[in-house]
Amino acid sequence: MIMAFTHYPAINTFISSFFLAGKGGAASEFVGLENYRFLLEDKIFWKVLKNNLIFASCTIPLSISLAMVMAFLVNAGLPGQAWLRLSYFVPTVLPMIAVANIWLFFYTPEYGLLEQVRRFLGFSGVNWLGSEKTALYCVIAVAVWKDAGFFMIFYLAALQQIPPSLGEAAMLEGASRFYYYRRVVIPLLMPTTLFVLVNATINAFRMVDHLFVLTQGGPNNASSLLLYYIYEVSFKFWDTGYGATLTLVLLLFLGLASVLQFGVLEKRVHYR
Amino acid sequence: MIQSTFHLKRLVLALAFVCLFTGVALAEKVSLTFYFPVAVGGPITKTVEGMTEAFMKEHPDIKITPVYAGIYRETLTKALTALKGGEPPHVAVLLSTDMYTLIDEGAVVPYDEIVPAPEMGFVKDYFPGFMKNSQTGGKTWGIPFQRSTIVMYWNKEAFKEAGLDPNTPPKTWTEMVDFAKKLTKKDASGAVSQWGVAIPTTGYAYWLFQALAIENGIELMNPEGTEVYFNKPASVEALQFLVDLSQKHQVSPKGTIDWATTPKDFFERKTAMMWTTTGNLTNVRTNAKFDFGVAMLPANKRPGSPTGGGNFYIFKKTTPAERKAAVEFVKWMTTAERAAQWCIDTGYVAVRPDAWETTRMKEYVQGFPPAAVARDQLQYAVAELSTHENQRVTKALDDAIQAAVNGSKSPADALNEAQAEAERILRRYKR
Repeated sequence: MIMAFTHYPAINTFISSFFLAGKGGAASEFVGLENYRFLLEDKIFWKVLKNNLIFASCTIPLSISLAMVMAFLVNAGLPGQAWLRLSYFVPTVLPMIAVANIWLFFYTPEYGLLEQVRRFLGFSGVNWLGSEKTALYCVIAVAVWKDAGFFMIFYLAALQQIPPSLGEAAMLEGASRFYYYRRVVIPLLMPTTLFVLVNATINAFRMVDHLFVLTQGGPNNASSLLLYYIYEVSFKFWDTGYGATLTLVLLLFLGLASVLQFGVLEKRVHYR
Repeated sequence: MIQSTFHLKRLVLALAFVCLFTGVALAEKVSLTFYFPVAVGGPITKTVEGMTEAFMKEHPDIKITPVYAGIYRETLTKALTALKGGEPPHVAVLLSTDMYTLIDEGAVVPYDEIVPAPEMGFVKDYFPGFMKNSQTGGKTWGIPFQRSTIVMYWNKEAFKEAGLDPNTPPKTWTEMVDFAKKLTKKDASGAVSQWGVAIPTTGYAYWLFQALAIENGIELMNPEGTEVYFNKPASVEALQFLVDLSQKHQVSPKGTIDWATTPKDFFERKTAMMWTTTGNLTNVRTNAKFDFGVAMLPANKRPGSPTGGGNFYIFKKTTPAERKAAVEFVKWMTTAERAAQWCIDTGYVAVRPDAWETTRMKEYVQGFPPAAVARDQLQYAVAELSTHENQRVTKALDDAIQAAVNGSKSPADALNEAQAEAERILRRYKR
């Protein structure tokens, strides 16, 4: 199974990256390292790679910390808790395309929600998705909004596994609430954090669907991400050889991330 | 026990017979999968499905399965992915400009190979302007269906408020800028509440830019689709004009203007004039709560617009019976009566002159003269930008346009880069 679904495609991708795809059923032509040489010269690739690194370094910490805070809140037994949990979780169950459509109108210049609020406060005139400076961060906000609710569920489950006796003991010892969270709760959540971190990293590199609706990677590739670029090259331009080369870069990144996480971080995580 | 096995045997036998007969019946019936895109607002899917049902009623031996496949680009992606997977659609509406891509991929079959030579005369029924993007190398690869040109919509009420004649749209670029300055409204805080003009720069940026280029007297490619002229002085001037609208004259929003939300900006009175496809006409007519007009695009050195929109293509991986049925379907969908109705339902240009002579069309145009603007503009129309590897070449141009309107590159630099990229891509098609 692992051969069929993991190793075979990966090896095949590696082989394809040395070919120039033939048009109209013609045989592919062996071009050696040409795809790799082009990769180094390809300005769009470097831009997209940079975008993806910014995307990852924003979405991963933001969505995880937000998820943790949200989980603390909904675990605290506030009134209307069920509603709160539901509303945090809604973004996760909505299809990404629907989510993107909602946000599209948040970001609309002139009369979108964001502009209406800003106009009320006396500002206006930002073209959120149409400016090269803001487009990527708009896309990041949507991804964080969507992921945080999902990760919250894991944290909530983990929080409920923590025996209440620990809290009682801490209280008896006179520990502050902050100290209790810092020294007891958060360390106990570490296995969950590792799991969520792996997911968040994968998400950061495979997030693509909302780009179709929000920006199509534009303006001028300002919000394009690696996987979206791979889609464009492989399925819009049918340059499967170069698409394979790009895919290998993606694989490399995911491989590095997992080595880092399982090799380094896991040693510092305590399982019960 | 014995009784029940006997019953079972009889049941199986009966079932086998039923299957056999329906199997034979099914074999006689030709089934076609039909991919179509939606690029404009309004209930297009329902209209298309209604048309295919009407077709099946008249042709009980042909079954059509219409598949809505997204916007044009997504539809092409789906069709080509399906092709590589071995199950392409039998017939599809795709951009007329995808012709070279489809030929290069060996995806489609020319009509000349299906229709007997004496009957090929039917292609002369369509407007010659639309056939420019449908034929190459002496063969007909696409039959025009949802075809368009770009037109300018203007809000008559806004014109009146600004002290302009509500019935006179701008005829030249200079006039458009003058009008737009009067139409741009600022509120007390200095924030703009209504822009003069909006020309979209996402979705189909290259298409709207091509209109400007044509009006500035230059065509962007050669008829063989192997050469482009993105960085010629006239092209650079055209892009400079587009940039100036927002940067210098401040009559248009800064940054890119979204293709999909531009009609809504128009309904919401956020822009007094907009450039978009005539295919949006019925959408605008339904949703604009004010009196509006439709005009040909303003001229600079000459008037003009590229044609646009989709053609019917028949895929190569089809049996002779399927091909014959597909042609039948394509012809039926584009008969004069049907083309007229499609034009009325959507706003796309009825693709043949005789459609405009039908009673139904005459009545419609009489009651709603803007419907004829796109047709009248056809005499100035030029073939839409179409080259080999069209998606890739147009992406290079789209990126350049977006960089320029964002101010991150000068029009000249942006177009020089796009030209270099396009030349690199087209190298292998030039002999």
